[in-house]
Amino acid sequence: MQAPAKPDIHSESFLHEMMRRQLRLSIACAATFTIVLLGLPLANYFLPELMAKQVFGFTLTWLFLGIGFFPLVWAIAWVFIRRSIAMEETEVQAVTTVRGSDRAKPESIAAV
Amino acid sequence: MHIDPYILAFSSITVLVTIWMGFRAARQSKTAHDFFVAGRSVSVGWNASAISGEYLSAASFMGIAGMVMSSGYDALWYPVCYACGYLFLLLFIAGPLRRFGAYTIPDFAEGRYDSPIFRKIAVIFVLFIGFFYTMPQMKGAGTTLAYIFPGLPYWAGVVLVGVVITLNVALGGMKGITLVQAFQYWAKMFAISVPVFVLMSVYGHYGKQVASSAPSGSRVQYSATANWGQTATIATDAGRKPLPETAPADGKWLNPFGPLTTKAAKAAAKQGLIVNEKALALLYTYSLIIALVCGTAGLPHILVRFYTNPDGVAAKRTTMWVMILIGVFYMFPPVFGAIGRNLLPELYTGTGAKGTDKIVLELPRILNERYGPLGSILSGITCAGAFAAFMSTFSGLLVSMTGALAHDVYGKMLRPGSTPQARMKAFKFCAVAVGVVAILLGMQVEQFQINFMVGQAFAIAAASYFPLLFMSTWWRGMTMKGAAAGMLGGGLLALAGISLTSFSDLKWIDLGNFWSFHPVLRILCEQPAIWTVPLAIGLMVVVSKVTSREVPSDIRMKMLVLHAPEKLGLKQEYIAQEAH
Repeated sequence: MQAPAKPDIHSESFLHEMMRRQLRLSIACAATFTIVLLGLPLANYFLPELMAKQVFGFTLTWLFLGIGFFPLVWAIAWVFIRRSIAMEETEVQAVTTVRGSDRAKPESIAAV
Repeated sequence: MHIDPYILAFSSITVLVTIWMGFRAARQSKTAHDFFVAGRSVSVGWNASAISGEYLSAASFMGIAGMVMSSGYDALWYPVCYACGYLFLLLFIAGPLRRFGAYTIPDFAEGRYDSPIFRKIAVIFVLFIGFFYTMPQMKGAGTTLAYIFPGLPYWAGVVLVGVVITLNVALGGMKGITLVQAFQYWAKMFAISVPVFVLMSVYGHYGKQVASSAPSGSRVQYSATANWGQTATIATDAGRKPLPETAPADGKWLNPFGPLTTKAAKAAAKQGLIVNEKALALLYTYSLIIALVCGTAGLPHILVRFYTNPDGVAAKRTTMWVMILIGVFYMFPPVFGAIGRNLLPELYTGTGAKGTDKIVLELPRILNERYGPLGSILSGITCAGAFAAFMSTFSGLLVSMTGALAHDVYGKMLRPGSTPQARMKAFKFCAVAVGVVAILLGMQVEQFQINFMVGQAFAIAAASYFPLLFMSTWWRGMTMKGAAAGMLGGGLLALAGISLTSFSDLKWIDLGNFWSFHPVLRILCEQPAIWTVPLAIGLMVVVSKVTSREVPSDIRMKMLVLHAPEKLGLKQEYIAQEAH
């Protein structure tokens, strides 16, 4: 039985896969945030009465933009940080589970 | 001239302590760089406080409150986007840049593209964006001094503060010491929050203040409750003072698409054009949002601090804390704006240094009516906070702009073989030169709002640095020429648009009529991000594809260094290769 192949960290596929994973996480978080960020002016434009409803004295839209937006940003940041740190740990483990000289030599880079 | 002693005392103490700390630290010469190089790690808490302290300039401290008071709801986009830009930084740029090891954007530009020429182009933008950032700090300085010394003209305050800080930097002080900056954050946080809590307990909480501008059916009755249980109503008209004519009406102030975003539309309507005011305001809003969010991701002086953390994980945690620290801070200035509208509407009739930009300084003083010197003390505290804000930001900018000028222009271009003494002299000379230009520019901008000017700086960064950092990090097909084309194209066009509108507002060129008939153009020039950012990215893609043979040969290694976990040691490999 062959041992599972360890990723060659200097290979194209390793780089490609790693960047793809990272970009996907970043874009997912950014998209969540961007939808709310860009959606609020639209809500203000198309639903002015709803956004002007009074809540604790504020208008709904003032309460959200002046105060409520920040915890949302914190939550997204929190999720991103946890996931990206976990992703890094996984990547490191996948590469270093077997000690030894599996790392490709620099010459292979010249073949780019 | 009647000078309030408390205000003078608090302000002087802050100024002297700041300068003293700067000189002491200069003697120990422990900069952020030094901490890193010495191998010591700065804890997440200290570092987060320091980054937050450095981030909060006069715009954050004074400008937001002033703009909320003058323009209402629309101004709230500024603090939110200032904080949220950091999220974009975290998601796309911070990690890779930290792994790459570039301390500044010019460093990154050179390292990513193996191009000293590109470094120089990046340095040019450090200067441009830097000057746009110094102007609002100078406005803050002029406004604050005019407040402390009634009768002192605005320009005198600018010159005084500018000279003091320039000399300080030239003589070697005011480096970005972690301890000093961390202290500055907490000082500013204290200075913005304590007066707010006191004012709210006396005059009613935040929501009530905003509600005063709501349609009369839902207006809340005002009463001031002293700590000792006495109650008294302040004024007859639902508890707030009457608004002067120059103030925006309630509906405009409270609701979206108010004075800030509808200027161009209104000018057009006056000429008889049929315009959809709200749609134009929506365009303005989106362009503003893009400028502020993308511009944050391109601030030159913020990135250095990521390297005082021992590793990438700590850097990410630091960023989380920074977002919390600055987010909490940013909830407070709008309260000043809301209370100011109700209780100090006289500021609506002032212009420049006597306008709403000084609400944070002036507002606490109304407590003097009831509680003796408490108002002056709190006002002194906010003045101290303002000094902390614009002094530290201006000196930080001066240091990084001078560094770029002295190191790159003098050290590498003009006199590559110069001695350390010569370089020191060059540094001092450049510091004075940059300081003088900043002072002269600062003297011209009294009529512009602090916050607005910072937004302009961000718009230029959004169209130049942000596309550079984002595309360089995530697309391996970028070439130096592509990056340069995008950065120059986007950045210079943004600069041109902004200058056009600013010069015409200053009446240096007469375009008022033209703008009235072309409101869309006016909006796109005043807030250029919505077209310059995509343009910059587009130019980068197109020119890179055309010059695709010039992609760096070791691009895969570069991308690995940017993205692979630090534990895999690819950075060390890369450095070893570069040495051959």
